[in-house]
Amino acid sequence: MTEQTSNEAFLLPPVDVVEDEGGITLYADLPGVTRENLDLHVDGENLFIDGRIALEMPKEMEATHVEVTRSRYRRVFALSREFNTGKLTADLKQGVLKVRIPKAEHAKPRRIEISPA
Amino acid sequence: MEFSLFPRDLFAEVERLQRHMQQALELSPSIRGFARGGFPALNVASTPQSAEIYGFAPGLDPKTIEVHLERGVLSISGERKSDLPQEGGDASVHTNERFAGRFHRVISLTDDLDPNEVRATYREGVLHVSIKREASAQPRRIDIN
Repeated sequence: MTEQTSNEAFLLPPVDVVEDEGGITLYADLPGVTRENLDLHVDGENLFIDGRIALEMPKEMEATHVEVTRSRYRRVFALSREFNTGKLTADLKQGVLKVRIPKAEHAKPRRIEISPA
Repeated sequence: MEFSLFPRDLFAEVERLQRHMQQALELSPSIRGFARGGFPALNVASTPQSAEIYGFAPGLDPKTIEVHLERGVLSISGERKSDLPQEGGDASVHTNERFAGRFHRVISLTDDLDPNEVRATYREGVLHVSIKREASAQPRRIDIN
């Protein structure tokens, strides 16, 4: 439905969202985030993606060029009721988060037979 | 007219635009510049002993990433496959923001780096290239006899 953002300084991770008959699949780019530093949760009808970048850095390091200016990702999506968040599955691999949310049985499209007159 | 299930928030767009503007105003240290907003996003840092480059390139097979260093110029290239379904299927794409396709980024580094002392690792979607400075370029104390 809608997507919320806050005024705090977070990186907004790019996402792909694909819907098929069975549900919705979301891919989010979260490079530098380990499983321990990822907080993925559903609160009410919102899906929260919150991740912290943890990089091994040598001492005495001085940044000379910075494109990734923050160390935290955050993005929130509002889901609609037809999604069964209880059956949500998630997988984080090489900095890509894949979330699959199936549709509730009653929300799946079905063909309606037309009975002969 | 098409309606996206997750329309992008206008404020998020404005914020993104502002960020780009702000970054564009910063001075580039080299004539090759650092083309901003490319894939992968790069952070570069230096220590007295080395140059440290972080490429934010999630979802790649590390074997397919090409990293070259020649005369202080580092190039990173490869290809990122799309996760989106083929066209013509039943699935519909609501949002498509993630980079897909071939990429190639080139950055100029200082010329005191040793091309034989390069170490590259790929972890959690971040490519980390660490290049040692040549021994002769490192500060050292000169003994007085």
